[in-house]
Amino acid sequence: MSATVPTPILAAPILSARGISKQFAGIEVLGDVDLDLMPGEIHALLGENGAGKSTFAKIVAGVHRPTRGTLALNGQSVEVTSPIVAQRLGITLIHQEPISFPDLSVAENLVLGLQDGGSLSRVPWGKMERDARRLMDLLGVDIDVTRTMRGLSIADQQMVEIARALASDSRLIIMDEPTAPLTPREVATLFAIARRLRDEGRTIVFISHRLEEVRDLCDRVTIFRDGAKVATDSIANLTDADIIRLMIGRPLKEYMHKVGTTIGEVALQVTGLGRAGLFRDISFSVRGGEIVGLGGLVGAGRTDVARALFGVAPADTGRIKVNGREVRVTGPAQAIRLGLAFVPEDRAQAGIFRSLSVEHNISAAVPGRIAPQGIIRRSLEKALAQQSVAKLSIRLATLRQPIGELSGGNQQKAILARWLLTDPQVLILDEPTRGIDIGVKAEFYDMIGQLAADGRAILLISSELPELLALCDRVLVMAEGQLTAELPRGVATQETIMQAAVPRNTAREVAA
Amino acid sequence: MTALGHILRRREAGIALMIVIFCLAVGAYKPQFLTLDSARIILLLTPLIMIGAMGQMLVILARHVDLSMGSMMALAAMASGMMFRYAPDIWWPLGFVLSIGVGMALGLVNGLLVTVFRLPAIIVTLGTLNLYRGLTFIMSDAKQIDRQYVPSALKAMSQTSPILGIPWIIFMSFGVALLTWWFVMHTRLGRQIYALGSNPVAAPLRGIDVTRVTLIVFAISGALSGLAGIMYASRWGFVNPSNTGSGFEFQVIAAVVIGGVSINGGVGTVLGTVLGVLLLGCVAAALPLLGIPGTTQNAIYGSVILAALLIDRLVRLQGQRSMLKGARI
Repeated sequence: MSATVPTPILAAPILSARGISKQFAGIEVLGDVDLDLMPGEIHALLGENGAGKSTFAKIVAGVHRPTRGTLALNGQSVEVTSPIVAQRLGITLIHQEPISFPDLSVAENLVLGLQDGGSLSRVPWGKMERDARRLMDLLGVDIDVTRTMRGLSIADQQMVEIARALASDSRLIIMDEPTAPLTPREVATLFAIARRLRDEGRTIVFISHRLEEVRDLCDRVTIFRDGAKVATDSIANLTDADIIRLMIGRPLKEYMHKVGTTIGEVALQVTGLGRAGLFRDISFSVRGGEIVGLGGLVGAGRTDVARALFGVAPADTGRIKVNGREVRVTGPAQAIRLGLAFVPEDRAQAGIFRSLSVEHNISAAVPGRIAPQGIIRRSLEKALAQQSVAKLSIRLATLRQPIGELSGGNQQKAILARWLLTDPQVLILDEPTRGIDIGVKAEFYDMIGQLAADGRAILLISSELPELLALCDRVLVMAEGQLTAELPRGVATQETIMQAAVPRNTAREVAA
Repeated sequence: MTALGHILRRREAGIALMIVIFCLAVGAYKPQFLTLDSARIILLLTPLIMIGAMGQMLVILARHVDLSMGSMMALAAMASGMMFRYAPDIWWPLGFVLSIGVGMALGLVNGLLVTVFRLPAIIVTLGTLNLYRGLTFIMSDAKQIDRQYVPSALKAMSQTSPILGIPWIIFMSFGVALLTWWFVMHTRLGRQIYALGSNPVAAPLRGIDVTRVTLIVFAISGALSGLAGIMYASRWGFVNPSNTGSGFEFQVIAAVVIGGVSINGGVGTVLGTVLGVLLLGCVAAALPLLGIPGTTQNAIYGSVILAALLIDRLVRLQGQRSMLKGARI
C-alpha cells in the first residue's frame, strides 16, 4: 500500500475494490469502481437498471472476471476466479432466484460443493441433516431439511442460500434484489436475519430498488450510474431526493421528437385489466397518433400487461377495446387480426427466429401476403423483405443471411419491419432500444415518431427515462403491478417518474 | 404424515401395486401363474434387463440417454465369444473381464462424443447403436458363436447355484442393483449425478466437474452392457451378431421409465427401477401362459409402458390436487 496520506481508519475494510472495470463484447458496463466494504455493515448498492451494481456484485462473487482492477480481501490481494473460489474465500452471492437443485433435499442443497473428500467418499447423511437443521434453527426458520427443494417458496430458497453462506462461514454476503419476489412478512424476516448477521460482524451487501427498504435496513449506500460509482455515503446523510438525483442525474440527451401529429380516436382502451399475481386494476387508453409511455422498474408488471394485451398470457379480469369494439384477446394470432403488434423485450428469446434468414423473419407475421394460395411465393416474400429493408435501412449482407448474424439494432429493425407489414393499429414496443448503439437508437426514435404520425397508437415500455420523456405524449408509471401515475408531457420529469416507480407501500405493510 | 402414508405416497408403492394387481389378474385366469415355478421363470427373464437398467438409470439421472446399450452388449459378448472360440482352454472368467472392458471402452467413446464435442446424447448413441452393431458383424464375419464354444462353467451360471438352486446370474443382477443403490445414495459422486441432472446449469457453479461425471456415467453404462453381454452368452449359450442385444435398449429404457426415473434427469431410485424391471418380467412371463402369440409381444410391451406412465400421471395429478386443496384451507 502506498499510503502517502495517513487515514484514520477505525476498522480495516473486509473488501477493497480498486479500479474495477468490466467490458462485455467491447462495451464498458462498469468503469473504474473503487469501493471499500467494512465489517459489520449493511451496505446498499443503488442504481437504475443497467447502472452496473449487479455486475459489480457478480465480479466480487466470482461470477464474472473484471476486465481491469483488483480486489483485496482483508488487505490480501485475491483472484476470485469462480463462485466456488468466492465461497472458499468467504464471499457468498445470493441471487434473486436462488440457485438450487430442485430434486435434491434441502440439506444436500445446503452443503453441495462445500464438502471435502473424494468422489467415492461417503455422504454423511446423518451429520449433513443435523448440521442443516442446526443452521436453520440458527436462522430461526422452520424448513424441513429432508424435503426436496422443489416447491419451496422463493423466500425459503433464499434462507437455504443464507444458511449455505453460514455453513461456509462467509464474512461477506451479497444479496441481489432479494426482496423483489417476497411478501412483506418474508421481507421482515429477511431483514431481521440480515441485521443479526451484521451484528455478528459480517458484511451484508444489499442490492435493491426500494428506497424505503434501503433506508430501513442499510448503514451506508453506494450509488451507481451508467457503469460508474457516483457516491458512497452514510444513508443518514442523504435524503430520498438526493438519492434519486444521484441515481438519474445524467445530462439529458437531446432526442428527436415527433412533429405536430394529429391525435385521433381512441385505438386501444383498457379497463380494470388484471392477472393474478402479476398486475391489477390497469386502466388506460391510447389514441391514434399518440405515443404513450409505460415506465417503472423491472418487475413492476409492465411486460406482463403487454403480454396480456397481445394474448401471450391473457388477463383474468378487465376489458379491452380496440377501435371502440370490445374484444377478448385469446392468443397472439387473434391479436394480430385485431390490428395489434408486439415487439417483445427479450429479442433473442421471443423476438427473432435466430437461424432463419432475415427474409423469413420479416415475412413471418404475414403468411397470407406471401402465400396467397397457401403456397409460399418466393418472389412475393423477397419483394416484401426488400421493401422493408430499404424503408428501415436495415444493414445486412444478403436477405438470405441468418438474422442471428446481424447486429442487435438491425435485428430489432427487422422485427419492427415484420410487424409493420401487418399494418397494425396498435403497436406495443417493449424496451425497443435495449442493447442498441446510440446511433441506431436515434434512427429508432425517428421511426417511432413517424409511425405515430401515420396515425398508429403506440405503447412504449421503456426503462430509460430520457427516452420516455423525449418521445411520449403521456407517461404511465407502474409499480408492483399497479398504475401509480399518469403524467402528461410537461409534468413528466425524471423525478416524478422515479417517485411513482419506487414502491412505497412495502415498509408500511411490514410495520402493520 | 404417518409413516405408512409416507410409504404409500412414494412412487415405488404405485409400481408395486401395479405388479400385484397384474399378477392377481393373470392368476385369476391361470392359477399356475402364482406358483414358485413361475416366479423362477419371471426372475430368469430379468437379470440382463436389471443390469442394463442400472446403467441406463445413471445415464438418465444425469439428463442423458444411452440408446447404444444393446449394440455395446453384442460387441462385448462377441469379443468374449471369439476369445473362447480361438482359445477354448482359456480360464473362463476372463470372459467377464474382456466383456466388461470392451463395454466400458465403448461407453467411454459415447461419453467423449457427448462431452468433448457437446453433441446430444440421443444422437451420439443413435449413431453408435448402428456403428457398434456394424462392428459386431465385421468382427465376427457375420457368424454366430455356437453353443460348443461357450464354456460350460459359464453356461452353468444361468442354470443353478448351491443356494436354493437359484441361478447365479439372478444373484449377480441383484448384487449390481445393491451396489448401484449404495453408489447413488452414499457416495459424493452418486449425488453429483443427481445434482447434474436436476440443474445442469447450476452444477458447475457448485464445483461439479460436469465432463468427468458425464464420462463416468457413460462408462458405467458401457461396462454394465458388457456384463449383460457375457451373461447373455451364459444364459442362452450362444452369441449372434444380429440377435444378441437387439432391442435391449428399449426394454431397459422402458423398465427405467416405468420405475419412475424422470427422463428430465435428477429423479429416480434404484428400488423403483428394480420394480420396473420386475413388472416387465411379469408381463413377459404371462404372455405365453395366456396363449398370446409372440407376434403381439411388442405391441403389448408398448401398451404396458404407456399404461404405467398414464396411471402414474393420473396418480400424481390427483396428489397435486389434494395438496392444493389442503393449501387453500
